Amino acid sequence: MATIEAKDIHFTYPTGVEALEGVSLTVKDGEFVAIMGQNGAGKTTLVKNFNGLLRPNKGEVLVDGISTRDVSVAKLARTVGFVFQNPDHQLFSETVEEEIAFALRNFGFDEATIEKRVRWALNLLDLTEYRKTSPFMLSGGERKRVALASVLAWDPKVVILDEPTIGQDHRQKENLRQFIVQLNEQGKTVVIVTHDVEFVAECNPRVVLMREGKIVADGVAKRILTDTTLALEASIVPPQIAQIFGGLTFLGLPSDVIDVSEAKRVLVEHLRGSRR
Amino acid sequence: MSVFEGFRFRHVTSPIHNRDPRIKFLFVLAIFVIAIFFMELLPLLVLFFVPLPFVWVAGVRREWLRSLRGAVFLASFIFVFNFVFGYLYRSYPSTTILLEYSLAMTLRFLVLVESFSIFFLTTSPDHLSLALEQSHVPYEFTFAFTTAVRFVPVLAEEAQTIMDAQKARGLELERGNFLKRVRNYIPILIPLIVSAIRRSLELAEAMESRAWGASSKRTNLYVLRIKAGDLALLVLAIGLLALGIYVRYFVQIPQLSTFLPQLPF
Repeated sequence: MATIEAKDIHFTYPTGVEALEGVSLTVKDGEFVAIMGQNGAGKTTLVKNFNGLLRPNKGEVLVDGISTRDVSVAKLARTVGFVFQNPDHQLFSETVEEEIAFALRNFGFDEATIEKRVRWALNLLDLTEYRKTSPFMLSGGERKRVALASVLAWDPKVVILDEPTIGQDHRQKENLRQFIVQLNEQGKTVVIVTHDVEFVAECNPRVVLMREGKIVADGVAKRILTDTTLALEASIVPPQIAQIFGGLTFLGLPSDVIDVSEAKRVLVEHLRGSRR
Repeated sequence: MSVFEGFRFRHVTSPIHNRDPRIKFLFVLAIFVIAIFFMELLPLLVLFFVPLPFVWVAGVRREWLRSLRGAVFLASFIFVFNFVFGYLYRSYPSTTILLEYSLAMTLRFLVLVESFSIFFLTTSPDHLSLALEQSHVPYEFTFAFTTAVRFVPVLAEEAQTIMDAQKARGLELERGNFLKRVRNYIPILIPLIVSAIRRSLELAEAMESRAWGASSKRTNLYVLRIKAGDLALLVLAIGLLALGIYVRYFVQIPQLSTFLPQLPF
């Protein structure tokens, strides 16, 4: 059963900006989707339609078969967790623990469950030592983790992450990547909105490429990120590994390699072959 | 949040927008003073229609109507209070006269709102700060003023994002009794205030790194100069004021209610 189904949705902001011009997209249960495209392509607008923060002017979005028009954002949020780009737009509590419990209280969990979930989420994102710390005292990366924990705490079926890599150093990015991949392997549906091609290349999800309010390509990362015509059209730069392999085809190497570990494997194989 | 859109910087030109803000302000002030002169309905009614051509020429009808709509609540309040208390204390010879008086007071308020809204709708904040600066208001103050104004739409947008973020965490703003509803806004206000403070610190640093306040005597690329149109507006303002004073002191203003049938109570 489809978790999120967008049927030919159109969205125009009150200012008159037409952000979505007929987008149809189905995100299946347990899928990992990266929505990419340049600024103003409509990525964030699209995912805000997935949890009812925005509702389409035309067409409809079904979450588990229910139209987003028929239920409140709070109801939808139970199924679709949304982590905003900037953690500072949501942190307000005196302690990290309270911050994580906020949503759980809104959803009406009982105190015993809240305590259990908070402990679980703190542990999950390695925040246990900051339990009683003010979120405002934490570093940027830690604040981001608190924001993530505060959403994962209620264990939504789908997690949407808007620009998760912005403002994170390389190490944090790598940790985040492993964490997201792990979440997805445990069966959670993950949707990320990002510019970061290197990040996507390493995750290897399904990629939905957007441009000017429309979907221009949809497929496995390997295919989309190595397609130079598509990259040009949607103003993205292919990942570095893809660029290298794109230039090495004369050696008989495949051109659709995007992540480091596969690159290593292909190269080793090639070098062994040529030595023989 | 569309209310705050009015504060957004944009460049519009019209014969009204192009007028010197200082003269425009004098004109508005003239209307203000005349409105204070009169307590009778007839002159206030006339006064209400005086600025209307400006609204049309400036092409700000929609925004102007919106600001009047915003004043309706207070206006009805003024009307009801004048009428009820006038009636209770029997301070007027007849109910019809009282009704006319209450209407006049309401209209006076609307005239004030109307004229000031025209001023603010047709004067961009940077024009306004230029006018303040050339009127020898210290630059620190005019800068603080324009910065405050220009960040209103930015903050409004941010408030919207924060509201979205908290709604996505299951916050329902419209739920619960009055006290609960007020408390619902805490998760919105704290991030908003924190980010406003953070933003102002960043702005201060950015300004200082670009040598803000390095020279005590500033010059401007744009300098306000009085042009022929401004003089015409000034003459109009003085003319209106003179007319107002003349009518006040030398003309017997008829009460509209003398032409109407008297109310039975």
